[in-house]
Amino acid sequence: MTPTKAIIAGLFVLAGALPAVAEIRIGASVSATGPAGALGDPEAKTLEMLIEEVNGKGGINGETVTLVLYDDAGDPNKARTFATRLIEDDEVVAIIGGTTTGTSMSILAVAEDAGIPFISLAGAIDIIDPVKPYTFKTPHTDRMGCQKIFADMQARGFAKVAIIASTDGFGASMQAQCKLVAPEMGMEIVADETYDPKDSDMTAQLTKIRGTEGVQAIVNPGFGQSAAVLARNYRQLGMDIPFYASHGVASQGYIDLAGAEAVEGFRLPGTALLVAELLADGDVQKPAVTAYKAAFEGKFATPVSTFGGYAHDGFMILSDAIARATAAEPAAIRDAIEATTGLAGTTGVYTYSATDHLGLDLSAFRLLEIRGGAWTLAE
Amino acid sequence: MSELIQFLFSGVTVGAVYALVALGFTIIYNASDVVNFAQGEFVMLGGMITWFAHEAGLPLPLAALIAIVLTSALGVAMNKLAIEPARGAPVVSLIIITIGASIFIQGTAQLVFGKQIHTFPAFSGDTPIHVGGATILPQSLWMIAGALAVFLALWLFFSRTLLGRAVMATANNRLAAQLVGINTNFVMTLSFALSAAIGALGGVLATPVTLTAYGVGIGFALKGFAGAMLGGMGNPKGALLGGFLIGLIEALTAGYLSSQYKDAVAFVVILLVLFFLPQGLFGRKTTDRV
Repeated sequence: MTPTKAIIAGLFVLAGALPAVAEIRIGASVSATGPAGALGDPEAKTLEMLIEEVNGKGGINGETVTLVLYDDAGDPNKARTFATRLIEDDEVVAIIGGTTTGTSMSILAVAEDAGIPFISLAGAIDIIDPVKPYTFKTPHTDRMGCQKIFADMQARGFAKVAIIASTDGFGASMQAQCKLVAPEMGMEIVADETYDPKDSDMTAQLTKIRGTEGVQAIVNPGFGQSAAVLARNYRQLGMDIPFYASHGVASQGYIDLAGAEAVEGFRLPGTALLVAELLADGDVQKPAVTAYKAAFEGKFATPVSTFGGYAHDGFMILSDAIARATAAEPAAIRDAIEATTGLAGTTGVYTYSATDHLGLDLSAFRLLEIRGGAWTLAE
Repeated sequence: MSELIQFLFSGVTVGAVYALVALGFTIIYNASDVVNFAQGEFVMLGGMITWFAHEAGLPLPLAALIAIVLTSALGVAMNKLAIEPARGAPVVSLIIITIGASIFIQGTAQLVFGKQIHTFPAFSGDTPIHVGGATILPQSLWMIAGALAVFLALWLFFSRTLLGRAVMATANNRLAAQLVGINTNFVMTLSFALSAAIGALGGVLATPVTLTAYGVGIGFALKGFAGAMLGGMGNPKGALLGGFLIGLIEALTAGYLSSQYKDAVAFVVILLVLFFLPQGLFGRKTTDRV
């Protein structure tokens, strides 16, 4: 046998031997860089950390779990390519990912075609409404954010609301959802303003809202830099109309950037993860929240974010389903995910069904208030 | 009345940012006819490096100075490593090189400074100044003063100094400029150093108001470019007024019409001006001798 032939023969033996190694391959495409990098980065870190953790405990049902992770940089086209590669080349049994609504929509199209379970980490309700057989998601929807805010306004006796939204995907989608649910909840939208996420001053829009007759509260669907600038402008104008921010700003970064004084008294819907220390001892989410927070902050020395929490919950749901599934095959895993009941994650308690692939209700949101530069529970 | 004043304040605050970026475009454009699309990255670096140095414990003025000097050095490096080797290439190729440089700087900044949003304290505190029922932040005044100072310095440089005229001559005809003894390589290096320094200064002044992150440069560059085009590319007076005009149009549209149309109205105004005055409001008329 010539050396070349020997090598080829060896390769054949190797190739034949590979499938015999017991391992479960999970795919992920998140936006670890690019415009949604601040969201996708903790997601990627969380997934890598959890895989290590699970394998350290002996894998799922004794089988090693392998993660194939791609960075789609927030580009839906790349996400589509990676989803195809995950399914065809990497032969994964399930996909977690889709940091943004755009990338999620690309991945779900590919996953649905191939019959591979997909757990999305993006907010928009369109991902699971109408229900698609193989697509699930972990974050709350922006509609739930609006409902939670409006419910608190009802309790405080407000009925006339001003909306000021950013024109990016998150802001525009939540603005539309808020306008949709406002009439159902007895809210009248009396002012409706927007700003560009790159704007450096929004005092003109806020002045207009201040001059509008009868505004009792302001809602701000927006996140990131511009939401912090808006909060500063609000304080610069000396406004005192009750202010509700969105769940998109639920991180310590928002308070630090806007300045603790600027956001004093602001309310917003957020997850249990943000207020881990404040949760009551009997809270069903407390074990998951404190365990994830301790593990993540211990390993990366950066504070946990809601987005990393979404990835945590996605992986938790998937590993729980694989453990229960009749076989480590995509169809069986899908059935097991759909049968998930009362599973407490960092975002909420998940109960999926054939008609509900979101799995959360309004109790998953906690209404938070910023007091003295820290989060407090408003309820 | 207080509403109008507030809209005007909002307009000049935004306009000052645009004007500072627009002014940065003028020098490189005047020296080489190249629109440097990495100008926004210089603004980003000005803010980022200041934040970084300030976070490391340096006093704010020193941090700002370091940011300006470092960014200026980076401008020189960009000219030496990317633009000069391509000398003789058409202007369009050089512009594309600047876009490449912009992507490179952005990627590097993301690795060095992270993906988080950063800021540092305003120079004179955050207590708003009340004028006729409206408010303006002290930092906005710093920005406006900065834009005016840079304009004045540029105007004096181009019209009163031999070096400034050498820059103009280089743009006009590189070969002829060389023949009369102008060191055109030095002029190009100088123009990149000054442009980067002006950009960084803009970043230093604007960051306490606008905040900064590795990706903010493109947004600054586009709005600043629009301001520079409106006023007339290459003319400091045009850059200053163009920037402020766009800011004011946006604020007044948002205030009196609707914030939904703010960007659209500004854009339509730019299109109309360029349609009737293709050189912008203060652009130099070009006449070619045949």
